[in-house]
Amino acid sequence: MSSESMAGRMPAPESHDRLSGVSPVPGAAKPDPVLRASGVRRSFGGLTAVDVEHLEVQRGTITALIGPNGAGKSTLFNVLTGFDRMDSGVSAFQGRSLRGLSGHRVARRGLVRTFQLTKALTRLTVMENMLLAARGQTGERMVGAFAPWIWRGQEAANRERAEALLERFRLAHMRDEIAGSLSGGQRKLLEMARALMSEPTMIMLDEPMAGVNPVLVQSLLEHITSLRDEGVSVLFVEHDMDVIMGISDWIVVLAEGRVIAEGRPDDIRSNQQVIDAYLGTQHDEPGAGGAEEGR
Amino acid sequence: MDFIQILAEATRTAIGPIAAIYALAAIGLNLHFGYTGLLNFGQVGFMLVGAYGVAVTTSTYELPLLLGVLVSIGCAFVLALLLGLPTLRLRADYLAISTIAVAEVGRLIYRSTVAQDITGGVYGLQQVAGDFYAWNPFPSGSYGIDAGAFSITFSARDVWVMTVAWAVVLLASLAMYVLTHSPWGRVIKGIREDEDAVRALGKNVFAYKMQSLVLGGVFGALAGALMAINQQTVHPDAFMPQVTFYLWAMLLLGGAGRTLGPVIGAIGMWFLLTMFDGLLRDVSAMGLLPGIAGGELGALRHAVVGLALVLLIVYRPQGLIGNRKEMLVNVK
Amino acid sequence: MRKGARVRRRLVTVLLAVIAAILVIPAYAAADDQGGETLSGQIRDPETVEGIEITVSRDGDEIGTATTDSDGEWEVELPEPGTYHVVLDQESVPDEYVVAETPGAEFDEVEVRPGQDRAVIFRLALPGEEEEEESEPSPTEEGAEPGADGGPPEEAEEEAPAAPEVERGASFSTRLLQTTLSGITFGMIIAISSVGLSLIFGTTRMINFAHGDMVTFGAMMALMFSTGMVFTAVPLVVAAVLAVVLGALLGGGMERFIWRPLRHRNVALIQMFIVSIGLALVLRHLLLAYFGGTRVRYDEFQLQSMLTLGPLQITPRDASIAALSVLVLVAVAAMLQFTRIGKAMRAVADNRDLAESSGINVDRVTLYVWTLGGALCALGGVFYGLNQTVYWQMGFHLLLLMFAGVILGGLGTAYGAMVGGLVIGLVAMLSTLWFPVELQNAWALAIMIVVLLVRPQGILGRRERVG
Repeated sequence: MSSESMAGRMPAPESHDRLSGVSPVPGAAKPDPVLRASGVRRSFGGLTAVDVEHLEVQRGTITALIGPNGAGKSTLFNVLTGFDRMDSGVSAFQGRSLRGLSGHRVARRGLVRTFQLTKALTRLTVMENMLLAARGQTGERMVGAFAPWIWRGQEAANRERAEALLERFRLAHMRDEIAGSLSGGQRKLLEMARALMSEPTMIMLDEPMAGVNPVLVQSLLEHITSLRDEGVSVLFVEHDMDVIMGISDWIVVLAEGRVIAEGRPDDIRSNQQVIDAYLGTQHDEPGAGGAEEGR
Repeated sequence: MDFIQILAEATRTAIGPIAAIYALAAIGLNLHFGYTGLLNFGQVGFMLVGAYGVAVTTSTYELPLLLGVLVSIGCAFVLALLLGLPTLRLRADYLAISTIAVAEVGRLIYRSTVAQDITGGVYGLQQVAGDFYAWNPFPSGSYGIDAGAFSITFSARDVWVMTVAWAVVLLASLAMYVLTHSPWGRVIKGIREDEDAVRALGKNVFAYKMQSLVLGGVFGALAGALMAINQQTVHPDAFMPQVTFYLWAMLLLGGAGRTLGPVIGAIGMWFLLTMFDGLLRDVSAMGLLPGIAGGELGALRHAVVGLALVLLIVYRPQGLIGNRKEMLVNVK
Repeated sequence: MRKGARVRRRLVTVLLAVIAAILVIPAYAAADDQGGETLSGQIRDPETVEGIEITVSRDGDEIGTATTDSDGEWEVELPEPGTYHVVLDQESVPDEYVVAETPGAEFDEVEVRPGQDRAVIFRLALPGEEEEEESEPSPTEEGAEPGADGGPPEEAEEEAPAAPEVERGASFSTRLLQTTLSGITFGMIIAISSVGLSLIFGTTRMINFAHGDMVTFGAMMALMFSTGMVFTAVPLVVAAVLAVVLGALLGGGMERFIWRPLRHRNVALIQMFIVSIGLALVLRHLLLAYFGGTRVRYDEFQLQSMLTLGPLQITPRDASIAALSVLVLVAVAAMLQFTRIGKAMRAVADNRDLAESSGINVDRVTLYVWTLGGALCALGGVFYGLNQTVYWQMGFHLLLLMFAGVILGGLGTAYGAMVGGLVIGLVAMLSTLWFPVELQNAWALAIMIVVLLVRPQGILGRRERVG
């Protein structure tokens, strides 16, 4: 398992170059896709929430998923991560099909997500939140739990790794506080740190900056960039256009469940379809900036 | 009856076998609700299958008692699977509805004429677990303190049941302590807080919930088995839904999500209830409760348990030994 | 926190007021101020027998004896809680009977808890006859239950609602038709009672575990007014109207003084479930304490000659219940469909946030939903009591069927509750054609489990959208 995730975490500092030959059209093929989806449809009652013909995410890049409210971004996230089933279509992670996999199995493959509404496990301490995310723990089996001497070593190693991550996310001083006592921004940080604790190949962040103060936004951005530099592929949903344009290697635009455009930030900025899609709604104008409230 | 006598009687009940049995069942409920967040409103169903597991094995089929205990555990296992498979993937409220319903249906089936050859139907089974008393190492006589008005005595039989029952409670509490302080316990506590978040970290939430349901159910079944042994009879109407709500009141009184919460809650609740009964009888004998027939005084006790549930939730959700700060945090 | 304190004070006031209100209601049961423990029972199987001697002893010392009276009842008062030995004197049994082998003539260890009135069951049998034959008191005869057990919750009581009144000899198709008719009536009673349950869930996401006891409340209030326990006896129709009004007040009052304050305090849903269970216990057992544990029928509309409609027979009483139920359900549906408040109720049940943001006063709509639910519960209770008997646990047993109905129909939808309730009533009654009557509730709940497995959103429910 760890060798597999190591393979996915090859450093890719020159990530921009990797997408150099790709043409900015919806459904464009990437040289080394980590995630692929084809013909993905999901509807609720009569309403089609997601209808994506083809989508590839390049390994080792930061890809942003944008679109007006109700464009189907969260539904697409849920469908791809096994938290919702697709009506039809296929998706594959690192070349292996994700068909029929439930949420926890997708996560074990190395595709780890966060949620729009932060899900800090409030009555667990910050450290417990981190330790929970470690993989392959013997003590997590019910029978194993009764034999502390078997898992104590593993636990200590995990604790050390968690400590380092908390240090990096500037949460170390809170390690023994219950997560419920953290501020909103700190919870976002914790959720990201916790996701990293599970050694993901790819991380999918659902509005990581929603409701976070501007100072913390900057630090979150740095964390995301450094993730990419460590070789983790990042796909994230965000509203704040300034943030997106500044950080993304590639942008995918969703409207009414379909991919209407994709490309580098410059391609998207000048794309007439994107501007129309956004102007069609009162809210999310490109470049409007400011923290959108997270529903 | 004067106050000292009532106090003695209350203490006697609080340390007696019944309190131990309820403590054990409440430990199971604590695993379900206090640690995993499962809304089990049918814990009495596990006690039912546990009690009948012993009774049917020893009385109907005249097989050894220890086999009966194994049958009890097996029945709890099956019941947990039956309950969990359809509901653990759904929202919490579906489990709540299903557990309350399945426990009651179980009772209806056990008391039905269809099952009468095996369970004795509405008449229940008698003479269960003679083995147990044959093993009693305590010489017959009276045990306890006998100090005039404040006297608490138990028969040798009671002492033997109490010893075993409290020993099982102790073992169960130890097991719970180890479990909840292990990585396994961390996962189920995570599920209690937010199961989607735990799922997103690659844990098989369904399997963990099922394990918790089964283990807590087994504790309930053991409590039922002890109940059958203690009373030497089983009767389907001893397993009314009220029993579950007593357990809830005990758990919430002691403090959910604490190892000793259910034990302290059971002891405290039985103490208070016996006090209440004694005082109520005195008050009633003085003619201060017009309009309530003597036979219905027991009903008032159930009403008081209900009131206790409401007041605990509103004023002291953390119970006697819980952490208020933690409780408040969870309020969304 | 000033607001918290105020809410607390209000809660306490309300709880005290509720208790005080019930305390001043004169009791139904004759005051028997004797508060000690007793052992009692009734020898009634196969018929009530007078003059049988029962002896209670402890550790070899005789505590007391009793002889059954003309109703076959006996009672021995006990000095204190404890474990007693109870023996039926075989000599005193009339020659035409013997003591049935199960449960026998002797109980070794009968445990009596403080204040308990413990029932001990002895049975007689005809010599040489296997007891299985008369073990099931025939539920098919109108008025067969000997109601006067009087007693604690632990006592054996009959569980199943009476099965349709058809002679066993009738042809299958006649029985099928007859049973379907009773099933529809029963189903409509479930439907009426559960509309509120479903709407309350829809508007507040809360499962009201006290809903069944609100049904019992309605039935018992009607009983109280119709038998003249307060003021003067009024006709049952008037008593039913009063019960419905009180039911509405109970529902509305609970929302206004308990649920709304709790919601505004942001008490979590799970906690609210537990509060509703606590309230259910309080309500159920206060009703038990003041009305007794016996099954009672309303005085009116009892002995009626059957109306014959082709192969079907129905009492005018049940025919009226069915007709009135249809009327009520149609009226409720029309209200939900066409009136402003009805539309608002459905809108809030459908999506509380959306309704709130589109300017609906959600708190007020919720209050109306509870009031409506309480009124319908009381009405369902009166119908159920007329159709069967009034009994302190009637509501709880109906609640399980209501759960099955609303899950089958789709939690949170009013029409789903109606359809689901009807189906569950039919299933429960039709199952008696092939299976024992006492398991009819089990079949209804089995349906619920299957629905949860196959289509958890129910027949009319919409699939929950994740994320």
